[in-house]
Amino acid sequence: MIKVEHLTKKYGDRYAVNDISFEVEKGEIVGFLGPNGAGKSTTMNILTGYLSSTSGKAMIDGLDILEHPLEVKKKIGFLPEMPPLYLEMTVKEYLYFIYDLKRCSLNRKEHIEEICQVVKIEDVFDRMIKNLSKGYRQRVGIAGAIVGNPDVIIFDEPTNGLDPKQIIDIRNLIRELGKERTIILSTHILSEVKAVCDRILIINEGKIVANEKTENIESALRGNRRIVIRIDGPSASVLSSLKKINGVVYAEISQKFEDGSAVYIVESGNAVDVRKPIFYMLAQNSWPILSLEFAGANLEDIFISVVDEAEAEESAAKHGKTSA
Amino acid sequence: MLAIYKREMRSYFTSPVGYMFYAIFFAVSAFLFMTYTVQAGENSSFPSYFSVLLFLFIVIIPLITMKLVSEERKMKTDQLIMTAPVTLAGIVIGKYLAALTIFGSAFLVSSIVYYIPLALYGEPNTAMYAGCVIGVLLVGSAFISIGIFISSLTENQFISALGTICAIILLLFISSLNSYINNEFIRGILSGISITSRYAYFANGIFSYDALLYFLSLSAVFLFFTVRVFEKRRWAKS
Repeated sequence: MIKVEHLTKKYGDRYAVNDISFEVEKGEIVGFLGPNGAGKSTTMNILTGYLSSTSGKAMIDGLDILEHPLEVKKKIGFLPEMPPLYLEMTVKEYLYFIYDLKRCSLNRKEHIEEICQVVKIEDVFDRMIKNLSKGYRQRVGIAGAIVGNPDVIIFDEPTNGLDPKQIIDIRNLIRELGKERTIILSTHILSEVKAVCDRILIINEGKIVANEKTENIESALRGNRRIVIRIDGPSASVLSSLKKINGVVYAEISQKFEDGSAVYIVESGNAVDVRKPIFYMLAQNSWPILSLEFAGANLEDIFISVVDEAEAEESAAKHGKTSA
Repeated sequence: MLAIYKREMRSYFTSPVGYMFYAIFFAVSAFLFMTYTVQAGENSSFPSYFSVLLFLFIVIIPLITMKLVSEERKMKTDQLIMTAPVTLAGIVIGKYLAALTIFGSAFLVSSIVYYIPLALYGEPNTAMYAGCVIGVLLVGSAFISIGIFISSLTENQFISALGTICAIILLLFISSLNSYINNEFIRGILSGISITSRYAYFANGIFSYDALLYFLSLSAVFLFFTVRVFEKRRWAKS
């Protein structure tokens, strides 16, 4: 569906996007993740034809955006970082304008009404965009992006600046839209990609540093599995027994409670599940488990380590050059 | 293109700009018309009315062109229209036609209305009158094109307006500089780009294809430049 080959965008000497290649299958929701200024927006702007690349190709359905701009643009709905709204128009006028601009052939009134229902902006339909709150403006922007039922939708930080309730709404909406369409969204919020996306591309300094399925990304990028477990028992002996269990590579006490129990963090090898051995060991010693959970949600750590690694490699390469 | 045109037309009238343009244009042009024809008695002449009208363009053309492109950049709505299935030429021409419609409608209506008292109380040369109208229309359309180009260079409406004012003043006065310049070569260049000397053909009732071509190509060149400015931003290196 979407194919990007060796895409590069240079601003002077600086690479905003540096030789990235990836593919997105039809119906996939892909998340671009990266710190600010990593090249997410630039990549999206190139994909939508707003900017051109210095070199490399971006293709949608096999059509190059630079060679067939009109056909490709008809297939794409785009929500830029700052929703491109005409403040002096009403929501209705704005969406009708986009409908005309995209030269859609659906029934205009029905189509726009349907979109407004989907993104929940029917109640502000006749209001001026100028008078709308940030959350509504964002939703009007999303509505604009999906006018004409494009096959591909590109959202640049769709939940930026929204309150938690609105963020949940928008995420649900994106998931809903993603059932039939191909979606690329960018964010620097890690939980967001995890909640919404099928696949994650981590971009840093214009390069892709990771490209994995969401469910695999943690195990793929992180060596150890981590369990957080609360146990009632003498902490010193519990800890030493935990360390003795086959497969455990690391264990520590993270928090002690007055009732004598404590929270332990246990790390094991990537593919090793130590929950059962831990249970039997504790049962033997009559140390009850009060709670147990995977601490897998630590995407933040992964992200930071991946970004740091990439930076470390780069600086190592630089030092290598200078010393050689 | 049609969508862009319609949106610009609507935007003229959802903001005060359209109304201001009509108000200023009708008030000032009516005053000038009275002064140069009806009240001028023996010296009454409509060509001088039209010549003076050109100077009104210094104020009113920037009014309708200043925000055409700069506002899109400032509000980032250029991201919408440049990622929509419209060509850049379509965008620029849509905007140009919208400004031309506002200007042309005001000017044509006023010209028809002012012709009535002339015809009632005198014997105006209709061909010459029509020539003047066509000439002014051509000058105005060229200035609009220049205004759009200048608007595409900046995000700031004020700078856009100021730039257009300067450009129009320069073009209107360039041929009057000629009498102060001794150098034949520079004089040749100045009269080569002079707007007023081309306009003079129409004002004298001569339908000159050269002059027509000059004005049309002036419009086309600056619209083309505007497309290039859009294009350049897309390929930006910094």
